Amino acid sequence: MDFELKSTHKMLQRVVREFALKDVAPIAAEIDVTERYPIENVRKMAEMGLMGIPIPKEFGGSGGDELGYAMTVEELSKHCASTGVILSAHTSLGSWPILKYGTQEQKEKFLKPLATGEKIGAFALTEAGAGTDASAQQTVAVLDGDSYILNGSKIFITGAGQADIYIIFAMTDKSKGTRGISTFIVEKGTPGFTFGKLEDKMGIRASSTGELIFEDCRIPKENLLGKEGKGFGIAMSTLDGGRIGIAAQALGIAQGAIDASVQYMKERKQFGKNISKFQGLQWYVAEMETKTQAARLLVYQAATKKSKGLPYSKEAAMAKLFAAETAMEVTTKAVQLFGGYGYTKDYPVERMMRDAKITEIYEGTSEVQKMVIAASVIGR
Amino acid sequence: MRIVVCVKQVPDTNEVRIDQATGTLIREGVPSIINPDDKNALEAALQLKDQNENVEVVVLCMGPAQAKEAIKEALAMGADRAVLLSDRAFAGSDTWATSTILAAAVAKIGDFDVVLCGRQAIDGDTAQVGPQIAEHLDLPQVTYVQNIAKNGDKLRVERALEDGHYVLDVEMPVVLTAIKELNEPRYPSVSGIYNYFDDSERPEILMWNVNDIDVDMTQIGLKGSPTKVNKSFVPTQKFEGERLEGSAKEAVRKLIVRLHERQLV
Repeated sequence: MDFELKSTHKMLQRVVREFALKDVAPIAAEIDVTERYPIENVRKMAEMGLMGIPIPKEFGGSGGDELGYAMTVEELSKHCASTGVILSAHTSLGSWPILKYGTQEQKEKFLKPLATGEKIGAFALTEAGAGTDASAQQTVAVLDGDSYILNGSKIFITGAGQADIYIIFAMTDKSKGTRGISTFIVEKGTPGFTFGKLEDKMGIRASSTGELIFEDCRIPKENLLGKEGKGFGIAMSTLDGGRIGIAAQALGIAQGAIDASVQYMKERKQFGKNISKFQGLQWYVAEMETKTQAARLLVYQAATKKSKGLPYSKEAAMAKLFAAETAMEVTTKAVQLFGGYGYTKDYPVERMMRDAKITEIYEGTSEVQKMVIAASVIGR
Repeated sequence: MRIVVCVKQVPDTNEVRIDQATGTLIREGVPSIINPDDKNALEAALQLKDQNENVEVVVLCMGPAQAKEAIKEALAMGADRAVLLSDRAFAGSDTWATSTILAAAVAKIGDFDVVLCGRQAIDGDTAQVGPQIAEHLDLPQVTYVQNIAKNGDKLRVERALEDGHYVLDVEMPVVLTAIKELNEPRYPSVSGIYNYFDDSERPEILMWNVNDIDVDMTQIGLKGSPTKVNKSFVPTQKFEGERLEGSAKEAVRKLIVRLHERQLV
């Protein structure tokens, strides 16, 4: 077992770190307050090849791997969790299912512009009555000649309105339950496809979250992804991979909070000395650092397993569970270390604490991760 | 069109500390980077490649085996191929010896139209190597270049000096030295990083030693270097300044009191 990063990953980390420091960090506070989508940085990320890291070159990607992708989400999220999730949702949820389940034509048409970052991808499974219970889908798709007609709505969709290509789940046969769910690729601008309410969120405010509405939305039959009735499996396997991205986001948030805290502790003086000299506070830092490093090992393990084609469902769930809870704990401690200043928007830690909370909820709550892990250990 | 870009791998001086006892740089644990001005030179070459047909960018670097990292980064940014000049015989070279070696390598690469160098390296600050290469090769040179554009079969370059700017049309082949105002270097691409940073040997990187180039052995290495460093030291701080706190008004008042005390006013 080798814990040393390869030179490929060291270099990628160095380059993304430089980009994050130079281009992402300076606007993080502003885009959080204004809920502005950082289009300028998404374009730069596309130029660098960050929007298609694990996608093979033949489909316009960078030909990299899951570990490099996870490290990239981590580095971005140290400074801006919104930018982290923009990349994660686009790559894991919007692009990967087409790579895994798409036909050659679908890859040419949809995956290529996603991998180059020319277009942005999104994934829509959740509905008002179908959250953790994804089988309770109400959106329906009916085959009519050469097209499917979609009706229904999706909520809490990351990238709603900002994304161009959406992976949509809908019932093609309600009588079959989860075996009646199918997956479709729907482009923004398709008649009958509109956006509803955008959520006013606690965190990740520069990444939009909102409602997708389908009213007699007619999409070509060839936009069916995978086979009819296989949508539930596609959704679950996509979320397995997505968890690595969110775990990496949580990891980055935690590391960012530690970095900010340590810097502050070396500047802030109380009782005539820097607060970094107080042992009680040093112990906080020791705990924060230890848990974050443990989270990192879990995330890198899950990513490495995925790249090697090994089973990773349990590892991804453990990584997400532990990294998300670590991010919440570490950011809460960070605010405590900053004292009153930590509670204000003059410092980044209150934003990090707000951003951290979502990582315990989306792409499977912490409770769902425990179900996945327990099922894997005990058996169903 | 073939552009040869000379790059040097240097310690990142933002992170360099000085050993107070010996007066030398502490290099352990300090990351190595492509010299910043050289990166501007490379970016200029890559922009000419982006904007014109049939441009080949060849990176030339002299250094130990670890300088390969700098070369890989240049390739990941978009250079076509690279030559690493590495030999014990080159060790200890000053700017004269270095430029002798680089000029011989440029001549061997051959068929070049432009040789682009950074103005100077952050670890030596001499700004001599670029101009010396031009002299060795008997080529025209323009230093302190802040803009380059193709103008027919010539190059139109802007040379920035403290008292003004020159706009010059120059014939090729030519040697240019770049300053940071020339451009904002691009990041290496992710696909480039995955291509070049794995541990396999890359055909784009040629390794040359002293036998691969035509140089006079008396002009290279420590022995061929006319520059002799007698001593290097960190200037000692002679006195500490004093900071006068308070509002501007209060601080000025304190200053006036001090000046009066010392009978300076």
